[in-house]
Amino acid sequence: MADREYEIPDDCQYTESDEWVRVDGSLARVGITDYAQSELNDIVFVELPEAGRQLEKGDAFGVVESVKAVSDLLAPLSGEIAEVHGRLSEHPEWLNEDPYGRGWIIAIHPEDLEAVDGLMSAVEYRAHVKARAGK
Amino acid sequence: MTESSAPLARTPLWSRHRDAGARLVPFAGWEMPVTYSSILDEHRAVRSSAGLFDVSHMGEIRLRGAGALELAQALFCNDVAGAELGRVRYGLLCLDSGGAVDDVTLYRTGASEVLFCVNASNIAADRDWMHELHARTKSRCEIRDESDATGLLAIQGPAALEIVAKLVPSGFVRPKLWHFAETRLGSLPVLLSRTGYTGEDGYEIFVDAGRAGALWDLLRDAGGERLTPAGLGARDTLRTEAAYPLYGHELDREHDPIEAGLERFVAFGKGFTGESALRARADAGPKRRLVGLVLEGRQVARPGFKIASSLGDGVVTSGTYGPTVDRSIALGYAPAGLRPGARPHVEIRGKLLPCEVVATPFYRRKRG
Repeated sequence: MADREYEIPDDCQYTESDEWVRVDGSLARVGITDYAQSELNDIVFVELPEAGRQLEKGDAFGVVESVKAVSDLLAPLSGEIAEVHGRLSEHPEWLNEDPYGRGWIIAIHPEDLEAVDGLMSAVEYRAHVKARAGK
Repeated sequence: MTESSAPLARTPLWSRHRDAGARLVPFAGWEMPVTYSSILDEHRAVRSSAGLFDVSHMGEIRLRGAGALELAQALFCNDVAGAELGRVRYGLLCLDSGGAVDDVTLYRTGASEVLFCVNASNIAADRDWMHELHARTKSRCEIRDESDATGLLAIQGPAALEIVAKLVPSGFVRPKLWHFAETRLGSLPVLLSRTGYTGEDGYEIFVDAGRAGALWDLLRDAGGERLTPAGLGARDTLRTEAAYPLYGHELDREHDPIEAGLERFVAFGKGFTGESALRARADAGPKRRLVGLVLEGRQVARPGFKIASSLGDGVVTSGTYGPTVDRSIALGYAPAGLRPGARPHVEIRGKLLPCEVVATPFYRRKRG
């Protein structure tokens, strides 16, 4: 798989646990990366949180399950969950088909929007993916 | 990610899998394709058309000589003597306790010869057990492990027979279910077995390891668009829907064929290792039984998860989203009184999820 090119958009920031964050006004929209969905393969279930819940960075806020694996979703930032993409429950395949678009999972109202800058850039994340894919 | 210190073995088809972009993962000491693109797509291709699997990691052990059938009878819980030439039988190698050393298929390849096809993870253990019983029975036969020299492909699905029919010699009569024939596909000598592990019709095809690549190419050319390479991921979802046991999950040395619901493959009265223990277990009734579960929702019950019921607890041994049945399904050991229709719970990450005990298989193909 080392030669597979994963989609890693420049307008997102990334976590080591393969979530992406895209600033959308005062919100930080969150999903899982193309690499993450590819590693999981076909996703069949998503456990979503309730809107309004307070998250600390690193908190597990949900679960995605594929045919072969389970993965926790980890909060990339501290803040309050402002929006939850409820339709994903009916369409977990959107996480595979369009991870940066229709596959968005939650939007956080961050305590500190500038904390986004502390996450990995697309360039850094590409190196992070490469280091693991090339193992 | 799990890292193993021992280098992984590769099948003769490894470079083809790599070139096809397969995701290669460690399995039973082998580097095997889990999927080429999508487990669900590969699963559906097998149910609707045909899939091609590399299962060359599996083992082949041949018994040959005047005492081969005698040793096979001592090893195998299903009947060997009644299996005519060309017949395949499923059964288990059991310990004296009845616990499963392995679940295997037996091929009656000669008057004084049988071939066992065994799980990759158990090749060494099976060989050791065969030598132990060989010493006990003093049967006059040779035990030959041909695993490294043998490739094994499986072509499964409703289009499988037609695809293979393009490649057989003219006048060839295809073997019936649970039978095999030694023939050629194109110019390649093969053992063509009408068996499988997917719940579909099709073949498992044994071939010299050196010709496995040529056979793969031949089948892909013959199958064209109708034949999809499929990995171990789909193999697992397919066999789970068909409720076939997987050694290490439903079967191990602590579980026997009676508990696993495999009584129909146990030929009581013919004499085999573990028979008296299994007889006693069958007569008394096992305390636990393998059951099928259908969960509410699409969360997956993974191996090791607890089954909680009013009769006591059990444990999930396999679970997946079943793409064809479109339900979350699982197999597991539960107290024997838990019958189809019962509604226990499965504990998933601290929460109890309702499920229903159902008769298996979850999926049964329509025979046509």
